[in-house]
Amino acid sequence: MARFQHLLQVTPAGLYCPAGDFYIDPWRSVNRAIITHAHSDHARSGSAHYLAADPSKSLLQLRLGMDIDLQTLPYGESLTLGEAVVTFFPAGHILGAAQIRIEHRGQIALITGDYKLQTDATCTPWEPVACHLMVTESTFGLPVFHWPSTAQIIDEVILWWQENQHAKRTSVVFAYSVGKAQRILMELSQRSSGLGPVWLHGAMLGPMRAYRDSGVKLPEYESASSAPSGTDFSSALIIAPPSAQQSPWMNRFKEVSVASASGWMAIRGTRRRRNLDRGFVLSDHVDWGDLNRAVDLCNPEELWVTHGFSETFARYQNEKGRNALPLKTEFQGEVDGEEVQA
Amino acid sequence: MKAFAELYQRLDSTTKTTAKVDALIAYLESANALDQAWAIYFLLGNKLKPSVPTKALRTAAIEAAQIPERLFEETYQWVGDLAETIANIIPASRRLEHGSLSEWIELYYQPLSRVELAEQVKLLLDCWQRLDAQQRFVFNKLLTGNLRVGVNARLITKAIAEWSSIDVDLIAHRLTGQWRPTTEAMSQLLEKGSEAKSPSQPYPFCLAHSLPANFEATLDPQDFYAEWKWDGIRAQLIRRNATTFIWSRGEELLAGRFPEIESAAAGLEDGVVLDGEILAWRDKAPLPFSELQRRIQRKSVSKKLMQEVPVRFIAFDVLEHQAVDIRSLAFEQRRAVLEALIAKNYPESAEVSQTICVNQTRTAATWSELALQRDQAREVRAEGVMIKRKDSRYETGRVTGAWWKWKLDPFTVDAVLIYAQRGHGRRASLYTDYTFAVWSDGVLVPFAKAYSGLTDDEIRVVDRWIRANTLQKFGPVHEVKPHWVMEIAFENVQLSTRHKSGVAVRFPRIVRIRDDKKIEDADRLQSILELVAARQG
Repeated sequence: MARFQHLLQVTPAGLYCPAGDFYIDPWRSVNRAIITHAHSDHARSGSAHYLAADPSKSLLQLRLGMDIDLQTLPYGESLTLGEAVVTFFPAGHILGAAQIRIEHRGQIALITGDYKLQTDATCTPWEPVACHLMVTESTFGLPVFHWPSTAQIIDEVILWWQENQHAKRTSVVFAYSVGKAQRILMELSQRSSGLGPVWLHGAMLGPMRAYRDSGVKLPEYESASSAPSGTDFSSALIIAPPSAQQSPWMNRFKEVSVASASGWMAIRGTRRRRNLDRGFVLSDHVDWGDLNRAVDLCNPEELWVTHGFSETFARYQNEKGRNALPLKTEFQGEVDGEEVQA
Repeated sequence: MKAFAELYQRLDSTTKTTAKVDALIAYLESANALDQAWAIYFLLGNKLKPSVPTKALRTAAIEAAQIPERLFEETYQWVGDLAETIANIIPASRRLEHGSLSEWIELYYQPLSRVELAEQVKLLLDCWQRLDAQQRFVFNKLLTGNLRVGVNARLITKAIAEWSSIDVDLIAHRLTGQWRPTTEAMSQLLEKGSEAKSPSQPYPFCLAHSLPANFEATLDPQDFYAEWKWDGIRAQLIRRNATTFIWSRGEELLAGRFPEIESAAAGLEDGVVLDGEILAWRDKAPLPFSELQRRIQRKSVSKKLMQEVPVRFIAFDVLEHQAVDIRSLAFEQRRAVLEALIAKNYPESAEVSQTICVNQTRTAATWSELALQRDQAREVRAEGVMIKRKDSRYETGRVTGAWWKWKLDPFTVDAVLIYAQRGHGRRASLYTDYTFAVWSDGVLVPFAKAYSGLTDDEIRVVDRWIRANTLQKFGPVHEVKPHWVMEIAFENVQLSTRHKSGVAVRFPRIVRIRDDKKIEDADRLQSILELVAARQG
């Protein structure tokens, strides 16, 4: 850890780069914050200056307000901050998600943020970055997580939707309102268009607009709350944030089948605890295979593991001969089946 | 295996009875007789014997996934289910095989069950390559003997009856006892006609509900008989063809476990079926359940044990008399038959008249009279009283209205949570299995483990707290900061040399979280010991 002191340190406010005097995804107010992506556990308000990747601009302004001091940088272009050179590389997690490459005195650190290797038509695909120090997330860093292909999951969603239509049940999918929802809608819109009506939860409208403003070609959908009274939802697909499951908002649908789209759905216990009829294994994080693949491709001399199964994965990497250690962070985004609301 | 795995998934993904029945019927429609028989066999809770040792499954899984053993164990601890961990940890397969359930049993399980561990590992690796993750999960569940999917015998019976258009009670009767997964058993199950028996065939047990809260207002005590509710083994005693069969409530034959009851039953006339409770009994009172357990655990019993733990069968109902099914007679009439039968078959003199005897009933004009009797239950070492409708037939399963149980209020103590472990099944990956302690000389001594009674929301809160307040780990067990006080209920308490605290409690469970109490306010071991003393005195 001491070897990379000048590049990265763990501080009470979050990961700090002394060479460039900035923080990455800080959980307290700081002078300069670099944000990997626009989810609430990474992009927090209160800092004086923000720096993020170009495509995340609309989402960050939606999250943190139009008046924040935000500078953006296209993927692949470099910016010198103090003595450090900062470059963003796509993380493939959601629109605008970036891995942050920091170079100082010939040493390179890479902070992956949240990332995935699977394809996603709503954002730029992940790229490997050679580095000396890699800081990786490990949300799904256990060998039981193996994602099926996106196409297979979308097939399952459509089949389930059609079965529900046949039984005159409304199909409700709970998914993050930033990222997961758009990914599902994009996949569906690229299939046949005559599947049936799609409605959204009101909380989805802002992020949808931000995606379209950023040039992602998503169809427009309306909020189910704005539907005329007496609207028949029995053949519809509804996308709503997970928090809607327990809310009275659900009462507008008569017979429903409820599903969730999340990597946690790979585990039977999680699905059963949440009283879901179906679980679709669709994640915006790396699974076990891709996590190991990403580490091998970036091939760092030292690996810091955060966010998730840090200890378990770091130990595994150590046993494979890589110098790895778990990073204790004050804030844990998604832990053991509990997802943070986006 | 694909169709059965799909059935499992459909049953697992709904809580609605109609959806489950539909899924079962769809499977029965599409499967051949042998597959139907095996599916029914497993869904009724029967297991493959012998099961494949988990050691073999673990070893094979570690090899297939090519991961260190410790990583496998940590992953299993987190997932909380061995079959599922293995199903998901193995890389996707490319050569799926389309064998049916019975073909898999025959072609893969049977060879597996006959070979030694090293060979089992090889066979398992091959099996898993032929199944997708969902099928692998279900197959592993079958191998480890633990297929639990939220269907009970009643629901299966209902589905078969609906599908075959045979009377539901008849299906229930034919399914009672030891179901053998064969095409013959299947065709016997679906035979036209109304008869159901091989000589050993038991009847489905009638089960009771707890009394509802406002029963005094809605039920008339004069419609009921009251009798002691004993804490023993519910059993059905069958005497047919000059042979005795004893079935447990779990529909297991208890042959050889209770030779004194079997020999006493030899004095019974043919064509008789009694419902009752087996109890360990000395002099005028039952012995603690733990004594009876010593008898259950052994397939054959020694003379010494028989002397130490004498048992008796206390009959409370008769279901068959003179080879005629009399379950549809009113309870009042069945009681009369029962009393006359025991009096006739066991005239006073013989000692066997104590080994097989009749549970006494009483009637009362008011509920408060009966409440007085219930309050005495602990003195005679009963769990409470049963309230049975005089005019009720002998029902199949748990039917509301005929039988009610009115148990004693449990003992309760306030105890401190000191250890936590991850749960299983629905609660896998959350810390839900707790060890509780009470004070003894200023130290917290563990006295009970409990893992039910909290709501999902409460579990989430406690789970998060445990993660943040673990003092140290002993493998999967987390020692936590003493902080939570919870009210623990239990049915009974006994002195025990096996427990650190010196007492063992029966059916401990969490009643509620006591936010209003600090750990200093938790109960003392001394007060539990006083409960023991009061109970024995």
